[in-house]
This record gives sequence, C-alpha cells and structure tokens, in this order.
Amino acid sequence: MMGPVTFLKELNFSARIGLFIVCCMAFCGIFAPWLAPYSESQIVGDVWEPIGGKFIFGTDQIGRDILTRLIFGARNTIALALLSTTVAFLAGALLGFIAATMGGVTDQVLCRLVDVCISIPTLIASLIFLSALGTAVTTLVLVIGIIYTMPVFRIARAVAMDIEVMDYIEAARLRGENLWWVMHKEILPNALTPLAAEFGLRFCFVFLLISSLSFLGLGLQPPLADWGAMVRGNADGIAWGFLHSLLPAACIAILTIGINLLIDRWVHKASGLRDDQ
Amino acid sequence: MNNTLPIIILKRLTMGLFILFGVSILITVGVEALAGDVCSAVLGQAASPETVAACQAQLGLNQPVYVRYLDWLFNVVQGDFGTSLANKREVSELLSKRMGNTFYLATAAAIFAVPLGIFLGVVAALYRNSALDHAISSSTLAAISSPEFFVGYILMAIFAVSNNWFPAISDVESAAGFWSRLYVSALPIMTLTLVTVAHMMRMTRASIVNLLASPYIEMAKLKGMKPSRIIIKHALPNAWAPIIQVVVLNLGYMVVGCVVIEVVFVYPGLGALTVESVMLRDLPIVQGTAMVFATVYVVLFLVADILSMLANPRLRYRK
Amino acid sequence: MSGNESKKLQEIEKLQKRVISGSLSRREFMRAAAVMGLAAAAPALYAKAAHAKPKKGGHYRVGLPAANTGDNMDTATNSDNFMITMAQGSVRNCVTEVDANGKAIPELAESLEPSADAATWTVKVRKGVVFHSGKTLDADDIIASIEHHRGEGSKSAAKSVAESMGEIKKDDANTIIFKLKSGNADFPFLLSDYHITIGAADKSGKVDWMAGDGTGPYSIKTFEPGVRAHLVRNPNYFKADEGNFDEATLLALNDANARMNAMSTGQVDAIARCDLKTAKLLGKKPGVEVLETEGTKHYTYPMDVRQKPFNDNNVRMALKLGMDRKVFIDTVLRGYGALGNDHPIGASQNYHASDLPQRKYDPDKAKWHLKQAGMSSLDVEMSASDAAFAGAVDATQLYAESLKPAGINLTVKRVSDDGYWSNVWMKVPWSASYWSGRPTADWMFTIGWKAGGNWTETFWDHKRFEELLVKGRAELDEAKRSAIYKEMQSICRDEGGSVIPCFVKSVDAASDKLGRPAKLAGNFELDGCRSVARWWFL
Repeated sequence: MMGPVTFLKELNFSARIGLFIVCCMAFCGIFAPWLAPYSESQIVGDVWEPIGGKFIFGTDQIGRDILTRLIFGARNTIALALLSTTVAFLAGALLGFIAATMGGVTDQVLCRLVDVCISIPTLIASLIFLSALGTAVTTLVLVIGIIYTMPVFRIARAVAMDIEVMDYIEAARLRGENLWWVMHKEILPNALTPLAAEFGLRFCFVFLLISSLSFLGLGLQPPLADWGAMVRGNADGIAWGFLHSLLPAACIAILTIGINLLIDRWVHKASGLRDDQ
Repeated sequence: MNNTLPIIILKRLTMGLFILFGVSILITVGVEALAGDVCSAVLGQAASPETVAACQAQLGLNQPVYVRYLDWLFNVVQGDFGTSLANKREVSELLSKRMGNTFYLATAAAIFAVPLGIFLGVVAALYRNSALDHAISSSTLAAISSPEFFVGYILMAIFAVSNNWFPAISDVESAAGFWSRLYVSALPIMTLTLVTVAHMMRMTRASIVNLLASPYIEMAKLKGMKPSRIIIKHALPNAWAPIIQVVVLNLGYMVVGCVVIEVVFVYPGLGALTVESVMLRDLPIVQGTAMVFATVYVVLFLVADILSMLANPRLRYRK
Repeated sequence: MSGNESKKLQEIEKLQKRVISGSLSRREFMRAAAVMGLAAAAPALYAKAAHAKPKKGGHYRVGLPAANTGDNMDTATNSDNFMITMAQGSVRNCVTEVDANGKAIPELAESLEPSADAATWTVKVRKGVVFHSGKTLDADDIIASIEHHRGEGSKSAAKSVAESMGEIKKDDANTIIFKLKSGNADFPFLLSDYHITIGAADKSGKVDWMAGDGTGPYSIKTFEPGVRAHLVRNPNYFKADEGNFDEATLLALNDANARMNAMSTGQVDAIARCDLKTAKLLGKKPGVEVLETEGTKHYTYPMDVRQKPFNDNNVRMALKLGMDRKVFIDTVLRGYGALGNDHPIGASQNYHASDLPQRKYDPDKAKWHLKQAGMSSLDVEMSASDAAFAGAVDATQLYAESLKPAGINLTVKRVSDDGYWSNVWMKVPWSASYWSGRPTADWMFTIGWKAGGNWTETFWDHKRFEELLVKGRAELDEAKRSAIYKEMQSICRDEGGSVIPCFVKSVDAASDKLGRPAKLAGNFELDGCRSVARWWFL
C-alpha cells in the first residue's frame, strides 16, 4: 500500500489541483451545517439580491442565501451522485463480469435485456419511472442507478471479454479456480482503469440528469438544495442580468473538472505513458 | 467463418426487431404503471368520476392492458400506428413531421460538432500537457458539465436578448426555405453543438494519447518524424474505432437526447412530443416515438460497428 | 411651424395613441395637455383619440401558455389559456359573453328574457350569423352544441353546468326556451362558459367539433396542436369592431422564460402570463407595456375537513392565521396580487364583502387556537407541485417558514407535476390548488364549495351555507342577495377548510403598437383570452 506522502508525490500539478477541489467540496459537504451562515430553507432577503452585496453570493429565486445553499448543495448533490453512481457501477460491473465469464445463455439474456433498456432515452425512462414511483431520495438513487447500470454493464462486459481470453485466465481456470475467484482476482484489477475513467464522467452526468429532471419538475425534494435544481431555479434570470445561476453551474463545472483531472492522471499512469510523452 | 458483412448486418437487424418488441412492452408497462390515464390528464382539475368513466369507455381504455397492447401490435405490424388518444390525430403523420424537425436539428448540429470535436481532440493530443491542451480540456469539461437548458439560456441571453441576432424562439413552421430554417434554429443548433463537442473531443484525445505508447509510434519517433505527422499519419488511423463509437453515441444523443433543448427553444421535435405525451398518458404517441428512438439507436450502432470493422479489419475476426 | 410646435404635436400624438390603447385616462390626458399649454384644445384632442375606431389589418403574433399536443377543437375538454383564446376567443362564439365590466351580455343570442321566478328563460338567436363554412346559425346549432355537454357518455368538463340548464326546447328556428330545475338569476353567465362554444350541427343533430367550424372573428388556416395556430380573418363576422387583424398566429410558449424572451426580442406582439419575477424589467424595455388586470383567479390551500387534524376548526384557524399573506404576495406574486380573506370572492367582483375584516398574520393567535384544539405544536404535511400554480413549491416553503413561529411544523412534499390533479389534489389531506374563479358568486360557491360537489376540494358540509346558497340563487332582490352572499363569505372565512392567501392579477405584456379597449376583461389573462378578437394595430 502507498502512503499518503508517496501518493501526493505521484500526482502531477494538475492532479493535485483536482485533489484539492475534490477535498474542498467534500469538506463543505461534510461540515455543511457548521459552515453555512444560515439554515438550508431560511428566507433571508428579497428575491435575487445582488451578488457581492449584503450576501456574498446574493439570494435565490425566493430569497434564500445562495452561499448557504451551495454549501448544503455540495452535501446533497455529491451524496446523491456518489450513491447512484456506486449503485450503477456495482450492479453494472458485477453483471458485466458475470456475462463475460459465464457466456452462453446468461450472456445472451443479459445483453438483450440491456439492449432493450438502453434504447429508451435516459430522460424519458427516468420521467416514466419517477412519475410512477415518486421522487423520494432512495427512489431517485435507485432509478438513476439502474438507468446508468446499462452503459456500465456494456463497458464492463467488453473489458472483461478482452481479459477473459488472456492466457492467465485460462491458466486459472485450469487450476480449477471458481468463477468468483476469477472475477475478483484477475478481471477486476485489470478492468479497474477503464471503469474508473467512466466513473468520473458518469458521476458528473448524474448532476446533469438531476438538473434536467428538475427542469421537467422532478428531482430532489425541496427544500433540500442541490446544484442542478439551483441552476434550474435561477436560470430564468439570466436574460435579465441576474447571473445567480452561474454560481451553482460553476460548482458543477469545477467539481467535474476536479474529478476528471484526478482520474485522467490515473488513466495516464495505467496506460504506461511516461510523463514527458 | 460465416461472419461476412451481410450476415452480420442481417443478424443485427433481426436483433433490432427483437429490441423494438422489448421496448414496446416496457413502454406499455411503464405508461400503464403511471397513475391516471389520458382522460384524467386531459380533464385535469375539471375531471369528475362520471366524465372520466365516459371518456374511458369511448376510448376503450376499460379493456385490459394486454388486449390493447395486442391490438396495437397487430396494427403496427400492418404499418398502422393508430391515432392519438387525446385528439385522434394520425400518429404516423404527427411522427413524420416531428421526425423531420428532429433530424434536421441533429444533422445541422452534427455538421458543426463532429469535425470540430475531432479537430480539437487532435490538437489537444498534439500539444498534450501544454497550456493549450489544458485550456481545451477544461473548457470542454465545463461545457460537458453545464446543464443543457443552462447553455441554451445563456446563448439566448447573448444572441437573442442582448443582441437580437437570432430569434429566441425556433418557430420552424414559419420558416420557408433552407436558410431561413437554419436562421430560425440557429440557437438550438449551437446549444446542441456545444454540449456534444466536449465528449467527442475528449474521446479523440484519449484514443490518440493511448496509442502513443505503442512500439510503432516509438519507432516512428526514433526515426525523427514530426509529432504532427506521427499523430495524423500513424496514431489517428488506428484510433478511429473508439472515435467512431463516441461520434455515433453523440449522433444518437442529438436525436434522442435533446428533449430539454427542444423545450427551451420551443422547437417542435420528437423529444418534446414524447415528454408531453407521457404527461398526457397518450400511449400510441409514446409508443410511436419510442419506436423511432429505438430504431435510431439500433441503426446508428449497426453503422458504428460496421464502420469500426472497416477501419480496423481485425475486429471482424474476433470470436 | 416652429420646431417647438412640431415637437408639441408629436407629444400630443403620442398621448393620443396612449388614449387609444387605453393606457391613459381622460384626466391624465387633460393634465398632460395643460402642462404643454394646450388646455383649451385638450377636450377636442381627447375626443378625437377616444373615438378613434379600431383599425383593420396586420398580422398579430401572440405567445400563449398551457398548450399541449392533445389540444383539439372539441371545447368540452379545453381547460386553459391557449385553447380558450383559440376556440372561444377567436374561432367560435358562445351564446353570451362576459364583458370587461363583468356583466353577461348577449353574443350569439339577441336577447335573454327570464320569467318572474327566473326559472324559465327565453333566448332569441341572433339573426344573420354565418359559420365559416357558410351555414347560417339557428336554434338547432345552439341546442346541439349544449347537448354535447350533457347526458350519458358526456366527457365534458362543463357537464354539471350544462345539466343545470334543465330542459332545452326549440320554440322556432330562432327561439329556444330553457326550463331550469330551479330559478337562477345568473343563468346568462352559464351560457358564457368557455367549454360551451357553438358549433354547426349536421342533419343528425351532432356537431363535428374537430372540423373547427365556428362563427367567430377568425377561421383556422393551420393548426398544429401544442405548437401553433394560424388564423385568418372571417370577413363575414357579425361584430363590426372585433376581428381587426388580417391574420393571427398563436404560438404555444409553455415555458415562461421562452415567453418573456419572445416578447422582449419582439418575436411576438403580446404574451399572456408573464414571469412575475422579471415582469417589471420587461416593462422597462422600449415598446413593451406590462398590463395588470385584477381578476377572479385565486390560490388555495384546501384541507380535507373530514380528516384529522383538519376536522377541528381551531386547527384550520391556526393555519389561516399562520399565513403571512403580505410576504406571500410580495415574494410569490412579486406584488401582483390582492390579499385573500379565506373566501373565494375577489375585490373586483360583485357581492364582494368589503366590510369583512381582513385576516392578518398573527402567529400568537394561531398558537392560541392550537391550544384550544388541545395541542402545543403541530406537525402537518402538504403536497405541492408547480402544476397547482406557478411557483407553488417555493410558495409553500414560504408558508412553512411563516408557520414556524406559531409552533406549526409544515413539511412540504413536492410531488410530480404530472398527474397532479388526478392523483394528489383532493386525494391527500392537504395540497396546493388554484381556481381561475367564476364570474358570479353563486357559480363559484356552487362549483367549489357546495357539499358533495365533485370539486368541493375541502369536502366541507356546512348547513347554513347550503341554505343560503339555494336562497341566494333565486333571489332577484339585489340588496337581499348581497346580504346573503356576504354572510356566506364570512362563513367561508371563519369556518371553511381553505387557506386563500391571495387573489392573483393577470400580468400580461403587449407591444405599444397595439390598440386595446380602455378597460380589459379580468376573467382570464390577456383581455379575457380575447385579445385576438378585440385588439388592433394602431
């Protein structure tokens, strides 16, 4: 195992920026109630008070402090994205590996099912699901998780297929190792890099999906703050010079960049390229 | 081996039919699971138990789901997509009109976005780890991570409200002729271009950079070839397969994924129609649009795989 | 002419234009003219403008909300702005119409005569009215159009209204006799219901609604439901001063932001239902006027009074007193509203009880009521969605904040917009709702408050209220009727199950190139959904 110091040394400049961003956001999220100047739902002023005035980041479309909501938003947004992406990757990777290692009928059935599900547009599928099941947090996590399971399954299966035909897997099978051992010890470590690259983007897509959902009137329950819904709530003002929605949008962008800087570094290392290349 | 191109295509198309069938069942189950039906949705606040019951009887909604589904399936096989439950319009007529609009938007956006995405990707790979690369990468990441309606609103604020260069609303029905149509839909095209370029650019860059560690590139480098020549002559041709995949994915997205953009610019496309019809519980229309989306998906991925095979014949002979 | 003179002339012309468009009163005109030193000539100048006739011509483009792909010309299921404007406001007519002063006047009728007990009404059909198809209007068309809404198998939203019209008999080709079940002094208003438009009957006595034929000022050229409608003027229209545009395009702009931007960039000439947060800024744009009209629309928070804890009137009173109406209007409506007094009759309406004390925000008194109910604090849940009214979710959170000092903990449950009216409203104990209002007190009470009604959203059953409702309907003496309705409003206010924080103004926008009547109708947005018919280009 790598110690924290070696870990930091391993990182180049841009990856350190990424790490810094992710840590800052995580810190805000974890300590939100202590950091935020007001409470999450408290109305503190008029609608869209200017940025940089009495409230550093102004107030939102019903007069709540935007700074406060950004801080709470970090907690809700990241937690929601993390949970649903995790669900998607656990389910997708597991099913993908199973399909690849077992092959035959299992593989066929899983693939066809995924083909069917993936050809229904994401937003339409979530619209139908969420309208039918409601938008409680657990439902939201599960629905987004299940929808994103499909693309993850395809990647996981494709990667595992490539590894599956390698000699060392054949050898392991001949040794009589069981399915679980093969998946766990041989396939997973080799598939981790491409899956991680995908994780970074998927994680950020969750914000976007939530924000599109709140555009259609679904999404997190108020008064819970999430960045996507904050962008939606304040976006009407853009044409009139109220730029408040840029703030949550910037948060999403910064976090996306941060995560991808970190992951790019990982992918770069794993690809075997030297730094000067 | 019998994996010649025509047979692969035939196999995939058969599979496509199976997918369409699966999608239609899923959609029926999904829309049925929603509370209420077209009658309560149309009447809204004004619904009363008697009027809803009368409306259901008129539309045959009191029949069991499977009967209605089989009816629908039977008609579709004969090429009849039925009529809208809410206002009796022919679904096929409605769909063809909206499809025209959606495909126009997707095509126009693709013409800008695909070359731009690949170009930026090559440039970023060429000058990797330079300031230019970081600038391109970060700005495309920022574009990826902005919600579409947000990009749309910003473009609208800049190009329609502040400067009045393009119309804020894409009233395509009023536009006659190619140019006037392009002018009217300029803002949705720009938005769609911005949100898809990033993904293509990143994949192009990643695929090229991935290849740079290969021995033959090392070889070319040792021979003293110029970096730009290495990338364009040696890396790019071998990176086509993943690039094609991501391009096709984005083309698909331009067709099926622009619900929000259509709503923002009031562009009468398929996505907005689907969302409205889901809300109205107008199953025949939802089925129709879902069939179109699924077909687009099947065909595009078939094309992608064929192109990848042509670009890299080794793929053809995998097990 | 000196430069000064010509400048004055320009100024006066501008003022005259504003008189024509209705945005300047006689008094304001006189004062402005006097400032310019034209006091003597002012009355003549004013008269010239005030009597200017609407001009014909032009292509009117208007952005309207609440359209969808399921829209159609069968007005039985029309429910909102786009289709009301298109069907009742442009293509068809009703038997009567509600004018800008809130009075019911004949439209396709020539006259409506009641019997002494107001239970039998004789309606004379207007002569010489022709449908777009060329058919001449007669009694059969009107009877067939009304019958469409009643009886077995009717799916009309106006079923209960049409059924209250009793027996409908044709007397001769131009006379219809309505025998109501009981007297109703407000009968002419019922015939102005936007669902009950008049179409052309065929020989079997049925109307082909989807054909879109009508007697209105415009006929349909193209109609793409949920997208746009293109209308052209009906040259044979029977009202000389209506139907002034050569063509009209109704654009379906459901997204408020899209409407605001279309208006501010001049892509449309008028929009209905401005986004209230940015309406003031829109009004500052050159060439754009923001129009405010007081109306009957109100937001409600109906509680199911059969269920705990709402079955206790003390709890209801606590929740009414815990609503900070002023903040609600300032924040949710950005000031475009009037205080509600927990009853459904607005200040602009007949029989409004103006002497009833205005309910004020009083958390202490709310606490007191809670104590009377035997509670020290209260936890309640309300379901809300923006389908109930624009900004309902935000508004309800505001309400939750104002209830906190009274020891009431309101949890806002945001539910899907989709299916709100069928699955949430009147299904959960407490939800958010709205009423576009009705032109008469009797109609409003009957449809929304009468015990056992389909839309009595509080499931309220109040003995005295029911007695008064029946008594008031047949009462022809104005003073007595007024007293009855005042008592009813007071009962709603103090015992009803609905928190009604506000009456909502219609806030629309129009280009200053448009002329419009001096007073706008307040029953719906944009001049009662009749801007296409009534307005003109200056």
